[in-house]
This record gives sequence, C-alpha cells and structure tokens, in this order.
Amino acid sequence: MNMITRRQALGLGSAVAAAAGLAACSSKSTSEAPGAGASGASGVAGPSGAPVSLPTGTIDETYEGHRIQITVGPGGHHGMVMPTVKVDGNDLHIMPNADGSWVTVVNHYETFPDPVSAARAAVRELQGADLVPFTAKEAKL
Amino acid sequence: MTVRKNQATLTPDEKSAFVNAVLELKRTGIYDRYVNAHNWYLLNDSDFGDRTGHRSPSFLPWHRRFLLDFEAALQRIDKNVSLPYWDWTADRTANSSLWGSDFMGGTRRGRDGQVLDGPFAFQGGKWALTVGVDRRTYLRRGLGSGTPQLPTRADVDSVIALPVYDSAPWNSASNGFRNALEGWRGVNLHNRVHVWVGGQMTSAASPNDPVFWLHHAFIDKLWAEWQVKHPKSGYLPAVRTANVVDLRSVLSPWNNVTPADLLDHHRFYTFDTESGGQRF
Repeated sequence: MNMITRRQALGLGSAVAAAAGLAACSSKSTSEAPGAGASGASGVAGPSGAPVSLPTGTIDETYEGHRIQITVGPGGHHGMVMPTVKVDGNDLHIMPNADGSWVTVVNHYETFPDPVSAARAAVRELQGADLVPFTAKEAKL
Repeated sequence: MTVRKNQATLTPDEKSAFVNAVLELKRTGIYDRYVNAHNWYLLNDSDFGDRTGHRSPSFLPWHRRFLLDFEAALQRIDKNVSLPYWDWTADRTANSSLWGSDFMGGTRRGRDGQVLDGPFAFQGGKWALTVGVDRRTYLRRGLGSGTPQLPTRADVDSVIALPVYDSAPWNSASNGFRNALEGWRGVNLHNRVHVWVGGQMTSAASPNDPVFWLHHAFIDKLWAEWQVKHPKSGYLPAVRTANVVDLRSVLSPWNNVTPADLLDHHRFYTFDTESGGQRF
C-alpha cells in the first residue's frame, strides 16, 4: 500500500542488517537446521530504481520446543523488503521501527532489537497456541 | 452531556450498566468490528509509510474518534452509559477493584493467564474472542507479569510538561508529547500499560480486552490535561506532511473528520474532574 523512498529503504536496510547479524549470532547456540546463520549481501533495486544493498539470511531454530524460521527477502504485508518469520510454520506478522527495532503482531506495544528476539517473545506469549493468518479487513465501523 | 468518570468512583449500578452494554455489543457482533478495525490499523500503521492510528501525530485524535464511536454504540444500548477511565497512576495493582468480578474480572486467573472470574470470563459464555492473532478464544491477562510497574503520576507529569505536541519524523522516533505519551520514547506511558495488563492487551487485537477502553479514556484525558497546561501549543503538523494526518486532513476510516474537529473534547463530553469546563 505504501511506496517508500530510497532514503527510507536504506534506513530499513540497516534494520534488516541487524536481523541478519542476529541470525549469525543465534546460530551458535540454538539453531539445529542446516543453513542457519547464513548471510550475505545482494543488490536490490529500491523503489527509486537505485541499487540498495540489503543483506539476506536465514535462521531455523527451536526455541522452548517451538520452531522459529526467518528468511530475509522480498515480501511481507508492507510491500517492502522484509524478513519473513514463521513460528511452527505459521506466519508471524513483524514490523520494523524507525530506530531499527521490531514489533510483532503478538507483542505490538513492545520493541525488540531484532526479529529473532521478537519471535522468541512471541513464542513465550503464545504458549503453544497457533498463530492465525493475517485476515483483518479494512476497518468498517 | 456525557460525563466520563473515574472507574474507581462508579457505583455498582454504573458498573453493571457499562458491563451489560458492552456484553450486548459483543452479542450482536458490533464489538468485534472495533477489534478488527484496531487490528487492521495497528498492522498497517508503519514508520516507513502511511500511519494514522498509531506511531503518528493522529494517535490521539484517531483514538478519540474511535472511543466516541464506541461510546455512541454503548449509548444506543443504554443512554446513561459513558466510558469510564482507569487512572493507572492511582489504581496500580492486580488487587484493584477494577479487576473485581463485578467489573473487568481477572482477580482469578489460570496458569495460562485465562481470566476465570467476572463477566468476561470465557466460561460465562458471553465473551468468546473471534478476532485475534492466535487461536485462543478466551480472554487472558498478565497483570504485571510483562512489566512490573505501571507508570507513576511523576512519569505522567514529566510527559505533560513537554511543550511541543509532536515533531518530525512524525513516527515512533519523534520527540515531543505525543510520542512520549504513546510510549515509543521516554518514560513510556501508553505502551507500558498495554504490556502491564498483558494477554490480548499486548497484541494488535487489544480491544478484545474491555479494559482497552478504560485505558484509552485515560490517555485521552491526559491529552486534555496537556492542552490546559500548554494553551499555546497546538496539534502538529499544521501543514500537509507525507504519510501522516495533519491538522486539517481527514482521518480514516471515517473520512469526514479532521484532527482540528476533535481537539476540544468539550464538544462531546466532560470529565468528572472538570468544573466549569476547564479544571482538572
């Protein structure tokens, strides 16, 4: 729904870079699946057409008995380059803040330094309950 | 004229009238339209794009209009009902009468946070959640498990002392009164209370918990208190600004009301602390 400027995309890029950094860090302790912690950089064309360097990376870990999978790439509800986060295979809606921190649909009034810590907080809050798909319809009151 | 009262001062009859009207909106499905609308805005309001209900200057007028709509819906059920406000600087423990079984409930909770007493307990058969972020259909709360302390009056005073309403970049990184009140910066008032209550109140579908309205009625009152303290400070931005709602642009989803139309709450209601319309 929103076009973002190149400057905004760059700001977001640094936030996503933080995500990938955490993925690498996290892979040391709890990751179990192959490919965890992989990260690299790829050239992505921003909305203005200028190349914007955004990192890519994935994480696949088990946290408190629940699977957290994070991939960084195009997609997401906001039409921008976003990490895709799944908990036990279900999408966890996640959103970057201007300062590089993150919120999720589960903890939407609390910020986390990176997508992995936001996903772990969601796992703690969910207590094993399944996320439901994002189905909110535009408001009609 | 509607008078919004401190929930701690409500009579038993006033509490039951409010609860019954809320339950009736729930029964008819109207209540869940508000849950859905809030969920939609919270998930779409972005620091990097359009933002209306949250993390933006219109956080306060948007919620004022949202509450006015809800209050009008309650008054179609019972014309004597008004939205009570929860002064969490005063009623700041899980033992407060707010959480009693005659009002919000939640004094008794399960290990999973399930509210087990009061009119909104799932077992009562009148409060099953239909719009949420996960498949749990029962109301949950933490009451202090997410963060130990509710904001104090000193915290509130420090935010009300801020002279400028809002500032660029007009999002969760802004300095100014609005963002300190919303809680993305500074001592954190509004966001912290959502986290303190816990359960559905921490999620994008936070109006699933009826205490949402009492919390936001108090946030709305703090805006009015700030206006009295800073009569020369107005809503900002006053001119067209990318992605946010300026003073004279319309607010969605209503599209027929602007922040300017909503600045003076006296057009719609007064607070029980006001005498002669201006005092707190």
